[in-house]
Amino acid sequence: MSSVPNPATPLHLAVALDGAGWHPAAWREPDARVDELFTARYWTDLVAEAEAGLLDFVTIEDALGLQSTGFDRVDDRTDQVRGRLDAVLIAARVAPSTRHIGLVPTATVTHTEPFHVSKAIATLDYVSLGRAGWRAQVSRPVDNAHFGRREQPAFTFADLGQPEVVAAVAETFAEARDFVEVVRRLWDSWEDDAEIRDAATGRFIDRDKLHYIDFVGPRFRVRGPSIVPRPPQGQPLVTVLAHDTVPYRLGADSADVVYVTPRDHDHAQAIVTEIRAEQRVAGRESETVHVFGDVVVVLDGSTAAARERKARLDDLDGAQYTSDAFVFTGTAAELADLLQDWQRAGLTGYRLRPAALPHDLHAITRELVPELQRRGVFRTSYDTGSLRSRLGLPRPANRYAAPVPAAAAS
Amino acid sequence: MSKPHKQIILGAYLGGVNHHTLWSDPEAGSQIDFASFRHAAQTAERGRFDFFFLAEGLALRERLGLIFDQDVVGRPDTLPVLAALAAVTEHLGLIGTINATFNEPYELARQLSSLDHLSGGRAGWNVVTSFDAFTGANFRRAGFLHRDDRYTRAGEFLAAARELWDSWAADAVAADREAGVFLRDAKAGEFAFGGAQFDISGRFTTPRSPQGRPVILQAGVSPQGRDFAAGGADAIFSPYHRLDEAQEFYRDIRARAVRLGRPADAVKLLPHASFVLGESEADAIERHRDITRRQIGGRTAQILLETVWNRDLSGYDPDGPLPDVDPDPEGPPVVRGRARIAEDAHRRVAEWRALAETESYSLRDLAIHVFGRTEFVGTPEQVADRIDTFVQQDGSDGFILGSHLTPTGLDEFVDKVVPLLQERGSLRTDYTGTTLRDNLGLPYPDARPDARPDTLADAQPDVQPDATRVA
Repeated sequence: MSSVPNPATPLHLAVALDGAGWHPAAWREPDARVDELFTARYWTDLVAEAEAGLLDFVTIEDALGLQSTGFDRVDDRTDQVRGRLDAVLIAARVAPSTRHIGLVPTATVTHTEPFHVSKAIATLDYVSLGRAGWRAQVSRPVDNAHFGRREQPAFTFADLGQPEVVAAVAETFAEARDFVEVVRRLWDSWEDDAEIRDAATGRFIDRDKLHYIDFVGPRFRVRGPSIVPRPPQGQPLVTVLAHDTVPYRLGADSADVVYVTPRDHDHAQAIVTEIRAEQRVAGRESETVHVFGDVVVVLDGSTAAARERKARLDDLDGAQYTSDAFVFTGTAAELADLLQDWQRAGLTGYRLRPAALPHDLHAITRELVPELQRRGVFRTSYDTGSLRSRLGLPRPANRYAAPVPAAAAS
Repeated sequence: MSKPHKQIILGAYLGGVNHHTLWSDPEAGSQIDFASFRHAAQTAERGRFDFFFLAEGLALRERLGLIFDQDVVGRPDTLPVLAALAAVTEHLGLIGTINATFNEPYELARQLSSLDHLSGGRAGWNVVTSFDAFTGANFRRAGFLHRDDRYTRAGEFLAAARELWDSWAADAVAADREAGVFLRDAKAGEFAFGGAQFDISGRFTTPRSPQGRPVILQAGVSPQGRDFAAGGADAIFSPYHRLDEAQEFYRDIRARAVRLGRPADAVKLLPHASFVLGESEADAIERHRDITRRQIGGRTAQILLETVWNRDLSGYDPDGPLPDVDPDPEGPPVVRGRARIAEDAHRRVAEWRALAETESYSLRDLAIHVFGRTEFVGTPEQVADRIDTFVQQDGSDGFILGSHLTPTGLDEFVDKVVPLLQERGSLRTDYTGTTLRDNLGLPYPDARPDARPDTLADAQPDVQPDATRVA
């Protein structure tokens, strides 16, 4: 048999699920399941579709505040989807009905407890048998009043250069970094073999294998250990969305996957270069940190049809839809070209944001995926491993475990 | 007027992280793996139970600064487990214990509302507070809550959560794609709550859930705790298992509910209970004896008494007499991370000494007597009869049943006792509603378009208010 090495590097593909889709008028499409947005069946069906398409994982959007067209205020619009369910619980609800796909809910770090988030994601990892991840997200200042415990200057994107805003952003991301650190330490606070069930000595655990994490920071102190044993993956996947240097640094420092929003090939290259540099600064150059491009996708059988649909949705919403991410309009083959082009700029995968559900999700799983498979850059079946292993990430050693000397291996 | 035959409420409780769970039993399984929870919940649903219940602990227990190692240690997070169980059950209520001290109303209210959506109306919350700095060491807000403020905190938390749950009208989501109207109300979710513990306002993110609000459980035996529960809870953990005490509590809570403007049966009383079955009564008693002695070995006996003595008792022979030292309730805590057993340790120890004297109990015998109580020991017929009698005589409205064995402990109850309760007409043979409120016969919290008048009219204030209280 001839063995022809495939020169193409496989792509990782995730899909970002939110409401009726990312276009604000998506819910008005005839196939939108608008009466079911807050039901388990809706989410189960979407994730099952993503799994049928062999995708690496789904993310589930969330926030501790209502959706809005503005960053700095909550609008009173009634013509767009408003309301969400807790993303971690959606992921847990979907887990028993799926077998392979990774489940990566958003959980906010700004007002929440790292202890709670750590045990929630660890439990998602148990419930899903090693498929859990987490998108760590900072909260908008406008949502502070929901918790009433934090003073912060209110600002808009236009104020981002102001010194007090720069300081507030830096502080928010420093807290996020501490938060991820605490979550990760808590995941390691039980060694894998801490539960011994030794009837002879009457010990359920070997208490020497449980560890206090003793984190002390400006926003919180956390002692540990966790109440949940180390999850199946050891460290579930940690992901962040980043648009600028400060969040790139958070990703390079703390995450396994960084979602970025390039406009084009060169921009993608510049972002990847910056993140790789930050990764070296963080001392993680030997670790795998994925950089996934976020792209909103409007997919149809022809370019014209996709543009027409986008225009129709824009008309319904009364504004031309733009996003922090690039909005792609076209065919699956054209999208595959773009994904491969930006991959050559250094991206290792993509998080596609379907403009409308279920239409654009179906286009991804039923047209884009077969196209990428034909090009030899996407898997044709799932393996049996964890989400981490699918992404080429090793199951990490426990930071608290005594290293096993090589000589002892014999 | 003949008294109506009551339907028994049954909850299933899986796996405590304490000495009750016999982890060394050859049949004992994981207390972490989802398969264990799935098995227990599906068994409960097969037995037509009303709900599945999870406890919570937010810090691993310690004794003299060392993590407990002789009991089961570790458990998964409550709400994700319940959300996952919603995928593998259809009717079973899903009730979680969540601490009101180390959570915030906005976040927890939306989690509970989400669970209610994702389970089709089966969510419940057992509201607890804690005030110890030991648990607080795991949280932002540390041990800031003064002990006396715990009902203030819980009360405000619940009031804030209700404000949030009620902030979306039942029909706020129009989702009319032709008209382009998603929300009927531009201010859906708008809320404001001010109090000593919380000062919050804004927009809530979660539309009103199928039950309107999740079912609320409470525990509390102090007068303050009783009023709190009678005024706002849907169900209460009763700590009383002796029929006369339980009946007093039952009457008292119902009287308080009426005084607070609620129907007498708006609050369901549910003691925790465990059981041991046998082929004969003698067999059951023997099994129970064996299980209890395995649950409370010498070391566990010392530690259980330490929770009252608050002294290191490891030097006292478990098979010898009670420790001759006085308790030291004011000293630094020997055991941390579990509820104190006694408000008045000196009085409790004096009672125990008298008991040990009369019964010739060793240290371990006393611990077994005090902590090893199993409520129902007997043949399936006997256990069914006792459960039914207790409920029909108004000792409670039902029980939350736990077992010494994870995760299969409930199997024999469902196989052997449940059919007998069904034969007596005291337990449903199939579910008739779709929500936890339907299971429990509880009204929906306020008008929804499809609120069921038959459920709302189900109140049966046949018990006259009686203000007597347990002395």
